[in-house]
Amino acid sequence: MTSPAYPITEKKQNQTIWRFLLKELKPSGKWLTPFNIISIPIILVGLALIVIRFTHGLGAVSNVTQEVPWGLWKGFNVVTGVAFAGGAYVLTFIVYILKVDKFHSIVRVTVLNGFLAYLFYTGALVLDLGKPWNIFNPVIGNNYGVSSVLFLVAWHFILYILGLLIEFSPAVAEWLGAKRAHKILSGMTIGAVIFGITLSVLHQSGLGALFLMAKEKIHPLWYSEFIPILFLVSSVFAGLSMIIFEGSISQQVFSDQIDEKSRTRRKEMLQILSRICGCSMFIYLFLQLLVFIHGQRGSYINSSMGYWFLVEMVGFVLVPMVLFILSYRKPNILLIRIAAIMTIIGIILNRLNVSIIAFRWDAAVRYVPSWMEIVISITIILIQIWIFRWIINRMPVFKGSPSWAKHKND
Amino acid sequence: MSINRRDFFKALGATGMTIIGLNAAGSPGSNSDDDTEFYGILYDSSICIGCRACEKACAETHGLPEPEDEMEAGVQRKTSVTQRCTVNAFDTEEGEVYVRNQCMHCNEPACATACLTQAMYKTKEGPVIWREEKCMGCRYCMVSCPFDVPKFEYESANPIIQKCDMCYDRIKEGELPVCVETCGDALYFGTRRELIAEARRRIAEWPEMYIDSIYGEHTVGGTGYLYLSPVPHNELGFDIKLQKESYPSLTKSFLYSVPAVDVLVPSLLLGLHAATKNKQNKTENHD
Ligand code: SF4
Ligand code: SF4
Repeated sequence: MTSPAYPITEKKQNQTIWRFLLKELKPSGKWLTPFNIISIPIILVGLALIVIRFTHGLGAVSNVTQEVPWGLWKGFNVVTGVAFAGGAYVLTFIVYILKVDKFHSIVRVTVLNGFLAYLFYTGALVLDLGKPWNIFNPVIGNNYGVSSVLFLVAWHFILYILGLLIEFSPAVAEWLGAKRAHKILSGMTIGAVIFGITLSVLHQSGLGALFLMAKEKIHPLWYSEFIPILFLVSSVFAGLSMIIFEGSISQQVFSDQIDEKSRTRRKEMLQILSRICGCSMFIYLFLQLLVFIHGQRGSYINSSMGYWFLVEMVGFVLVPMVLFILSYRKPNILLIRIAAIMTIIGIILNRLNVSIIAFRWDAAVRYVPSWMEIVISITIILIQIWIFRWIINRMPVFKGSPSWAKHKND
Repeated sequence: MSINRRDFFKALGATGMTIIGLNAAGSPGSNSDDDTEFYGILYDSSICIGCRACEKACAETHGLPEPEDEMEAGVQRKTSVTQRCTVNAFDTEEGEVYVRNQCMHCNEPACATACLTQAMYKTKEGPVIWREEKCMGCRYCMVSCPFDVPKFEYESANPIIQKCDMCYDRIKEGELPVCVETCGDALYFGTRRELIAEARRRIAEWPEMYIDSIYGEHTVGGTGYLYLSPVPHNELGFDIKLQKESYPSLTKSFLYSVPAVDVLVPSLLLGLHAATKNKQNKTENHD
């Protein structure tokens, strides 16, 4: 991580842009880090499996069945991943709409994370399509299935990726030293933010609405007409917990890029984030309780699915909520981190339950993902981390913006 | 509670529609008024002798391998990527009863509503068809169909979705679906209105042969396939828990609220943004 991306603006102007890009494409820093040693072989296997998937059909690598047509890639990479990427819209709301400036230093990294997440989860979606070459039909064709929830989700996805790109683009402009573009792009931020939050509200709930027609297929403890609202509310604390978790990792990994000032600020930020988490989890639990009572679900509790439901709700929503609330009075970073990790597990459980585990829970043959599906799922995430790291080491995400771009922002 | 929420969504939806100036466009419910003129097929379990001639004729017509698996009472043979229809046997107090199993050609099909490319499509004649050149293979239709009808070719690099299309090409030519043509009396083709009248007539004329209920008349908002049977439907593997309202109605309130949210949320955000901006300026001035 020694690449001095700054200040090279002057030098850059003498180079052609291509030579600059070529140079930047080379990896910087040490090669044989533990992360690389583990991730490279997995990625290679994953890529090979992806080739097999396209030459031999989905069934060659995936265990999905006629009854459970959506497997790990949809359930984990798309449905679960998008909940975690929700941090971007919550944070841009806090910073750009509510103007809580404290969080400015982590907006960029969160938006970058969101952008990459969406990009790669769209990738996962394409992998899962049986006929991906027809993907442009709902985009440009005259075949708009406007009554389809998936149609709406797809469109909101695509537009949101654009929105996130615009929100992040000033950092790219700073990296390339493109001053004029930087000015224009920065001016577009607030528009992109408003646009992005709206799109997020809809596709976060839309992912839940996808399952509305699977009424008899999802176990009644997880199915309700409230799924869209539950998905939306839980995306708030899912996203924020992910920010807390990722923050604690990147603080160590990219410590050379983070200055002292933002380090002390971080503690304050964690406290506020954990408060929002606690509150939104309370709302979520309350909604779950309402659904539980009005759906007269009591009779389902005394069964294995019922216990499983309690594990999710008590173990991974109620307990972390209490931990978050405990840390209100006496801020305790460790406690907050533990709560964040538990919340993350809870969200994974919830999304997998709705999309896979409680989906056709009564089927004779249960769907269990194959190792190949799992490797491909992990490969998608690993490549995403690689690109994330590549960008962090080059563009001003953690490190401050170059001076020419600064004065307006501060 | 749920009523309240539904009303809330309805109100939201109504706002959305007025704002956008749409009138529930694209909602499959909009054609439910003239559903009586959809063609359909009446299947009579009391007459069917379980000869499976329709299965063979179907396979032949659609270029599928001849079904070879044996029929066994109590064993549900499901449709598959190579079988658009199956006939199953059930042991009941009326003896062995047969039931045909294929796409129900719902009046308001969940699959067609789910499909984001209109590859699954409810034709104006009534059959629900699948159009290969539009399908992107997302399998959302399979997730949504309450009868698990669409079957996906997982083993192919260029997969298709297999499902009964009521021989749509033949119907357009004025011919009968091949199963109806093959079968003597157990399958009866006509408009839904005719089929229901015919079913009622049979029930009235031979009450000892039928239970007084037509499966498909109301289930999931009405289906193009209608079933007469000598014993209660749940004894024949029918899912009688399925709701009476159509499946697309489950997503309608969400879909209707989308335009409203798309307009209201940005306005709200803009307002907030303006408000906080003023506040910021003020505090700055005081400093
Ligand atoms: S039975 Fe399933 S596949 Fe057939 S029309 Fe109804 S929803 Fe579509
Ligand atoms: S798999 Fe094909 S037919 Fe089914 S919903 Fe997707 S695009 Fe439509």
